[in-house]
Amino acid sequence: MNRATLDLWVGFFVAISLVALGFLAMKVGNLSSASSGETYTLQAKFDNIGGLKPRGAVKSAGVVVGRVSEIKFDPENYVAQVTLQIDTRYKFPRDTFATINTSGLLGEQYVGFEVGGDPEMLKAGDTIKKTQSAVVLEKLISQFMFNKASEPSAGK
Amino acid sequence: MLDKVVRALTSLGRSVTDRIWRLGFASRFFLAVFLYSGTAFRRFHLTIREIYFTGVLSLIIILVSGLFVGMVLGLQGYDTLQRYGSSEALGILVALSLVRELGPVVAALLFASRAGSAITAEIGLMKATEQLSAMEMMAVNPIARVVAPRFWAGVISMPLLAALFSALGVFGGYLIGVQFIGVDEGSFWSQMQASVDFRQDIVNGVIKSFVFGVLVSWIAVFEGYDAEPTAEGVSGATTRTVVTSSLAILAADFVLTAFMFRGI
Repeated sequence: MNRATLDLWVGFFVAISLVALGFLAMKVGNLSSASSGETYTLQAKFDNIGGLKPRGAVKSAGVVVGRVSEIKFDPENYVAQVTLQIDTRYKFPRDTFATINTSGLLGEQYVGFEVGGDPEMLKAGDTIKKTQSAVVLEKLISQFMFNKASEPSAGK
Repeated sequence: MLDKVVRALTSLGRSVTDRIWRLGFASRFFLAVFLYSGTAFRRFHLTIREIYFTGVLSLIIILVSGLFVGMVLGLQGYDTLQRYGSSEALGILVALSLVRELGPVVAALLFASRAGSAITAEIGLMKATEQLSAMEMMAVNPIARVVAPRFWAGVISMPLLAALFSALGVFGGYLIGVQFIGVDEGSFWSQMQASVDFRQDIVNGVIKSFVFGVLVSWIAVFEGYDAEPTAEGVSGATTRTVVTSSLAILAADFVLTAFMFRGI
């Protein structure tokens, strides 16, 4: 086999492999939907983060606006300190409410932003003051059970 | 009695030192391949010729097995997932298992048996027919001229083949899941994209296949170069290439997975 044919075949092989890699990155992976990479940092403290994990989504009105980059335990106040990377295209008012929600009944947990009305916007490095912890299903059930038990039963 | 014990201990000791010596020889050989790889890149057409033999000629087996592995994943995954009413997650299952594990590992196993054995047999036969000695007589370094191009061709081909395997597998899963069974197409792709991370899953898969490429090519060229220069020796070396590289792939896969995917 002469050299030009060899080169052609190898070129063909490398080209379709690169196409396959591009297919994996764009169509299978999330490279196409990933943001341009320009982010700013916000902090939020939660009493209980439930099952929130690093790389979890930050959503506002259901749209992904950032990612959870780090979760630490604050040993002074005994709360969880969550660092959020927010896309620079989006600004949020100072009185934004950060909640931990679950997508679906058994889905993964994410941080939701409920936007307030403050004219001043959050800057990089700011801490979100108003937060709401994750709903722990076991606590909810036990509360419900205690309430039921403490009610006077109808028969007596 | 004592004589027997001494002899048994001696043979045990010899088999252990032999193995360690061989491992040391393989490591020095690895360094020598690196040291003399200048030629493989300066005269790159040598490497291109080997990429043709290891990469292009492995295309058919990689593509067909990738497609079938993906289709089987589609069938089996759907069967299990629909019991939990989450058949839309089929895309995630197919894509993650292919990109993280099956793509690199199965492609590397196929590559070891298809291309690794051929490399060993070729180098072993060159040694048996004294072509390597003849090169040395002509002051041509056989490691630079014969071994290094084959090694680098394997290292270059392996990640490309693994990427093709994964892509064809995802396509096979799509064919079965969406076209044949009727999972919703939109949620198949969107759920897949939402949970396959480029850095975490795809790049780690590529790193895995690169490591497997180095391992398989190293074992293949070493076994060939170290083969006894007889017909029996070459056939034994070819068998050892396939067995050793399969074990090495699986062991390395465990170690890499333990470091890459610890569930955060």
